[in-house]
Amino acid sequence: MSTEVIRPVETVNYLNAQHSVKSWLLTIDHKRIAILYLVTISVFFLIGGSFAAAIRINLASPEGNFFSAETYNRLFSMHGIVMVFLFLVPSIPTTFGNFLIPIMIGARDVAFPKLNLLSYYIFLTGGLFALFAVVHGGVDTGWTFYAPYSSTYSNSYVLAAAFGVFIAGFSSIITGLNFIVTIHKLRAPGMTWGRLPLFIWAHYATSLIQVLGTPVLAITLLLLAVERIAKVGIFDPNIGGDPILFQHLFWFYSHPAVYIMILPGMGVISELVSCFSKKRVFGYDFVAFSSMAIAVLSFIVWGHHMFITGLSMYAGLAFSLLSFLVAVPSAIKVFNWTATMYKGSISYDTPMLYVFGFIGLFTIGGLTGLYLATLAVDVQTHGTYFVVAHFHYVMVGGMLMAFLGALHFWWPKMTGRLYSDVWSKVAAVLIFAGFNLTFFPQFILGYMGMPRRYHAYPPEFQTLNVLSSAGATVLGIGYVIPIIYLLWSLKHGEPAGKNPWGAAGLEWQIESPPTTHNFDVIPTVTEEAYNYGPAEEVIIG
Amino acid sequence: MAETLVETTGTHLQHHFADSEQQLETATLGMWTFLITEVLFFGGMFASYAIYRAMYPDAFRSTSRFMDISLGGTNTAVLICSSLTMALAVRSAQVSKRKHLIVFLCMTICLGFVFLVIKGIEYTRKWNEHLVPGFHFQFEPHQYQQHAQLLFFLYFCMTGVHALHMIIGVGLLTALIIMASRKVFNEHYYTPVEMIGLYWHFVDIVWIFLFPLLYLIGHHT
Repeated sequence: MSTEVIRPVETVNYLNAQHSVKSWLLTIDHKRIAILYLVTISVFFLIGGSFAAAIRINLASPEGNFFSAETYNRLFSMHGIVMVFLFLVPSIPTTFGNFLIPIMIGARDVAFPKLNLLSYYIFLTGGLFALFAVVHGGVDTGWTFYAPYSSTYSNSYVLAAAFGVFIAGFSSIITGLNFIVTIHKLRAPGMTWGRLPLFIWAHYATSLIQVLGTPVLAITLLLLAVERIAKVGIFDPNIGGDPILFQHLFWFYSHPAVYIMILPGMGVISELVSCFSKKRVFGYDFVAFSSMAIAVLSFIVWGHHMFITGLSMYAGLAFSLLSFLVAVPSAIKVFNWTATMYKGSISYDTPMLYVFGFIGLFTIGGLTGLYLATLAVDVQTHGTYFVVAHFHYVMVGGMLMAFLGALHFWWPKMTGRLYSDVWSKVAAVLIFAGFNLTFFPQFILGYMGMPRRYHAYPPEFQTLNVLSSAGATVLGIGYVIPIIYLLWSLKHGEPAGKNPWGAAGLEWQIESPPTTHNFDVIPTVTEEAYNYGPAEEVIIG
Repeated sequence: MAETLVETTGTHLQHHFADSEQQLETATLGMWTFLITEVLFFGGMFASYAIYRAMYPDAFRSTSRFMDISLGGTNTAVLICSSLTMALAVRSAQVSKRKHLIVFLCMTICLGFVFLVIKGIEYTRKWNEHLVPGFHFQFEPHQYQQHAQLLFFLYFCMTGVHALHMIIGVGLLTALIIMASRKVFNEHYYTPVEMIGLYWHFVDIVWIFLFPLLYLIGHHT
């Protein structure tokens, strides 16, 4: 990494253009809104993470006597709800998407800046409702809110939590809508669809899912709330409803939501792998198209969550086959990233370490997804720790790695400062090691038959559970270190200069941090994305 | 901040747009995308309706004698008329006829109110007949009680969410009238009128689906 000319830090940029608290809270600058989101979701991540820590503490002994069964139910439910709806779904789109999409396409802002700010406050309101549920004793339904338990039997704060998720959903819809319109209408002259960075393609696909899926979740939670309040039988079979309908409606959103959580990460990896291999992304068209394919397929595979909950055999067969299809575009991405690195000029900067982590862990997470999409195997593994390990490999091993990769890649652009090279690498390695130690034993536990969501377990599972809890400790330390050195860098980091990584892309041609209006003159784009020169022709060895 | 830079061309151009054409296209695409999310929002209820109607066809059909077709039909006509006046309002804005614009917007609001009042009358009757789910719901014949309640729940949920959209629409139209009386619109700038027009037509179309599904359900052979 080469620092360019050290420039005086006092240049006017989006961070120091105005200083008042009001100028932050009422900003309609997409970059400042991104920072607001970054701070907020980081807090939610820490809250969700502390629930996870409590879960792992409880599972260190077979008796699970650290927390009562009832408390334990609330811990894993709140962990899921906070992490899924308040961290993973908004994570990359609202922060890096908000910050980078306008800059990457050569625009001054998103299409609807005021809606963008509104989406932040809607999200905050939703988050506060969820927190209200937490401080009043939490929810014990699991993040899935399955009826009729959630609507009839649970005596926890289901309504507050569901209402929080309902509200946060509208924030997600608005963000998606804003991105779709921005990408369609605000591209700079010459920025054709074929020249868009793959980060943009991934966000376009994500936004489509957000816009099409989230309203269905909203109406589902509304129906759930009515059943709980007015005791009308919509989902509860005792009063005339159908609980399977809830699962259909819920997963119609929540399976696509899985891709809301992973697609932006895939976009990040495409950017990073190209930059740190100094090579054009191999098979640009296929990587772009595979994002769209994942978005389309995401809407026709929800039934694989319901193989053992009363789906007909033939529907199960169809959903199983369709679920296998998702592996195709996912594999295209993994193979193309690998091919991008082939004969590239690879540097091992911190963001690239997260790329390596992502590719390896996502591959494991994706391939175990194929096991679960297989009808017979799913009967054995459904509701066990195998499923828990599978989706944590995708969500944490995949999305969180991508989030941290993005954070380390664009931090110099967002703040104008460089962070500690050594500490960031230490943290990346700790996170990778801690993650695997935490979740790999859970594959084995699940295969051996340990069910998820129980606060106690037979003594023969203890060794693996202790390993997992030990790994969680390492993982936790790995997450704390970046908070320290990133905050430290804000004051003491070296100035980053325009382009510390030697990256292509419009965002690296403007100042770090950017000015309020991003570009003094709207650029005219004349070349494809990832124009890293003829690195392929470099002869190695 | 965007607002301080406008008014240079008199077309309310925000700072991040190159020209007013781009701004109008952006708003239009945004509105259509929003309407798609609305389709999905109502879609969850339509899907529930379809599933339960297929499961309990007799119970659903038995409710039709409580559905007032004349009131529902009147409301359908009222809404279709309001779509016409809304379309005329958009046209008036496009050709800078400010007084016509205000008159047509007022007519649209009036028709919207008529719709809501008739809806209120229907709701009151349902209340008096103990047909509100969750509030001493009683239904004859008794064997259909549970599943008829399901239909009435869907009835209140779907028409209620629809009525909520109407109320929001009336509020938006009021804002348009205020803007129009302040001479905001001209032939170069009428984006809000057109966008709210799209919204109003969407709300009408939802009713066009609700009316046969809820009111005419028992009247086919």
